Amino acid sequence: MNTEILGIIAMFVVTLLLGLPLGKYIAKVYGGEKTWMDPIWGPIERFIYKISGVDSSKEMTWKEHLTALLTINLVWFLLSMAVLMNMEALPLNPDGNPNMSTDLAFNTSISFLVNCNLQHYSGETGISYFGQMWLMFLQFVTAGIGMAAAVVIFRAFRDKTTTQLGNFYDFFLKSCTRILLPISIVVASILVFQGMPMTFEGKDTMINMQGDTVEVSRGPVAAFVPIKHVGTNGGGFFGANGAHPLENPTYLTNMVEMVAQFIIPMAMIFAFGFFIKRRKFAWMMFGVMTVGFLILVIPNVKMEMAGNPAITEMGIDNSLGAMEGKEIRIGAAASGFWSIVTTMISTGSINSMHDSYMPLSGMNELIAMMVNAFYGGVGAGILNFFIFVILAVFISGLMVGRTPEFMGKKIEAREMKIAMMVALAHPFLILVGTALATAFPTQGAATLNNPGFHGFSEILYEYTSSAANNGSGFEGLGDNTLWWNISTGIILLLGRFIPIIGPIAIAGLLAEKKFIPEGEGTLRTDTSTFGLMVFAVIAIIAALAFFPALALGPIAEYFSMS
Amino acid sequence: MKTNVLAAIKMTVVLLVLLAVAYPALVWAIAKMSPSGGMGDTLERKGKKYYKNIGQSFTEDGYFWSRPSAVDYNAAGSAGSNKGPSNEDYLAEVKTRIDTFLIHNPDVPEAHIPVEMVTASGSGLDPDISPQGAAAQVSRVAKARGLDVEHVQALVKKHTQKPLWGLFGPEKINVLELNIALDKESKN
Repeated sequence: MNTEILGIIAMFVVTLLLGLPLGKYIAKVYGGEKTWMDPIWGPIERFIYKISGVDSSKEMTWKEHLTALLTINLVWFLLSMAVLMNMEALPLNPDGNPNMSTDLAFNTSISFLVNCNLQHYSGETGISYFGQMWLMFLQFVTAGIGMAAAVVIFRAFRDKTTTQLGNFYDFFLKSCTRILLPISIVVASILVFQGMPMTFEGKDTMINMQGDTVEVSRGPVAAFVPIKHVGTNGGGFFGANGAHPLENPTYLTNMVEMVAQFIIPMAMIFAFGFFIKRRKFAWMMFGVMTVGFLILVIPNVKMEMAGNPAITEMGIDNSLGAMEGKEIRIGAAASGFWSIVTTMISTGSINSMHDSYMPLSGMNELIAMMVNAFYGGVGAGILNFFIFVILAVFISGLMVGRTPEFMGKKIEAREMKIAMMVALAHPFLILVGTALATAFPTQGAATLNNPGFHGFSEILYEYTSSAANNGSGFEGLGDNTLWWNISTGIILLLGRFIPIIGPIAIAGLLAEKKFIPEGEGTLRTDTSTFGLMVFAVIAIIAALAFFPALALGPIAEYFSMS
Repeated sequence: MKTNVLAAIKMTVVLLVLLAVAYPALVWAIAKMSPSGGMGDTLERKGKKYYKNIGQSFTEDGYFWSRPSAVDYNAAGSAGSNKGPSNEDYLAEVKTRIDTFLIHNPDVPEAHIPVEMVTASGSGLDPDISPQGAAAQVSRVAKARGLDVEHVQALVKKHTQKPLWGLFGPEKINVLELNIALDKESKN
């Protein structure tokens, strides 16, 4: 069998095999059960609570959770602006890289704060090592925030009728210390032995074999890259992200980085099942998500391996696939596979340039972000999927004439309104942003790298990536302008906090309601029939909202080529 | 609210020490134990140091060429061309590259030019080419150096790296290593 195909199958299988036990472990961590990490982290966590003056045993309501969550985010935002706008005055800047402008710092701070890592700068020239270390810190803690938010929902469905949903700081800190940090250390240990740099020295100068002098950017890459993936952040240390040969030196690092980003999104689904003791429900979620994933990833791998038909026509050997923007050591198959995983789980790191993908491959990347609920980033995917589950419960309830119930709780008007708002906010942000940028050609069209339909796709991709908090881009776009920095910054913020606040509010409201034991008349939510229903709801919402925009971009480009 | 702000600030400070100081220090220490010492894999040749994973620009007929690059192999930066598949200017550029390749490699039929030799990589620093990419250049390199074609072919074969564990991923050839080996051969 083709070794490229074998490679991607291996990545998926390894993720699944490691994801199951990790899910069990995550459920134990949040459930406060004993794990083998207790002797190491117990004392450190108690020390951190003591210094911070936090009582981690104090239970919180959903509103208290949100207050604590939003407050700490505000603190990080202010600190981040201060760091990024004063890098010249701060240490660890051997290359003498400049301060960020206010709008670029605004965009970068928000982008890393919301776990998106959209980057309008290049790592080599736009940021100091001090700035990189700060962003790395944000990559840890914002992933912790996403997980803490998901755990509030876990709690709301485990406990029968309650207003007390655990302690925010407890969930958040444990996410960092017991899940993100240990996995990152393991990943980093593999990466440094594959030749990834980990140094605080600046650029090196090298005279190449033909006598030309070039520079080589280096840095503390091996600390940055693990958490960039484990926390599904995706921000690159270098401009070319995971395509850069020092950020992803070998096929093995490519596999490790893939598993690293894929594993927690998968494990969180199983963790949910273990935590609320409804494993069948978790398998239903996993099934729906995997079907959606395969529908997108198989065509992408196939189209990228087949190559650009316009180049085939030129009569050369096109058997390696669409190699524009791709690296030889990774190959077309593993690039196409990565492009869907990274857009689906909201990592947004890339190992090849999405701008140069075949039109319909680019469309599948867009769809993965437009749906934004399959597997899902660290925490965030479950939150979005939860919204679709609520909608599906309601619609099926109407169809069979039963009161919509989910996990023994009645779903009523208030929850439905919130769910609808969250579900519609996503297309609203994407389409309004795209429409505005298209309406003002001096802001939008002037910054494009490609003409015609593909140019429109560049705009659509940028806003979709922002709203989905993904962070990848059709990178040809000249996006370090006032317009792009501010407009995507605002969309990033709304695209992060609406899908956190909405689902937590729904879960909080449901948790307060009276528990109705399941009976004969209860709609079962852990069956494949219900899974199909959820899938249909997702597909219909995505198709209705996004088909016109996709028709103008990638679909039109596809037909213009054939 | 006030307790939240204070707790947030204090926790941020402690976590900065853990995640932005202790963690990178640990990774740095582990990197020191690795063969490259955390400085990236390097090669020495006649007192000059090269980065194994950073591709170089080769234009002389006596060297195997790397792929086209959007940053001309200056690793001070990194980028792909980001050209879309239907972009007319881009397709014209590919056509020009094919023509240039044919001029320098007149023995090679057009159908044997592999796509990677006329398309730019994602990073602009791709250190590798495919076995087909090397095969298409053997005749030119052999002629320029006055070596037997079979001899150069054997050298290419020796430097072809198999998929990971023989199972996963594509075959590839590190252009820099191949060219260094070529230089050594010619001297003998």
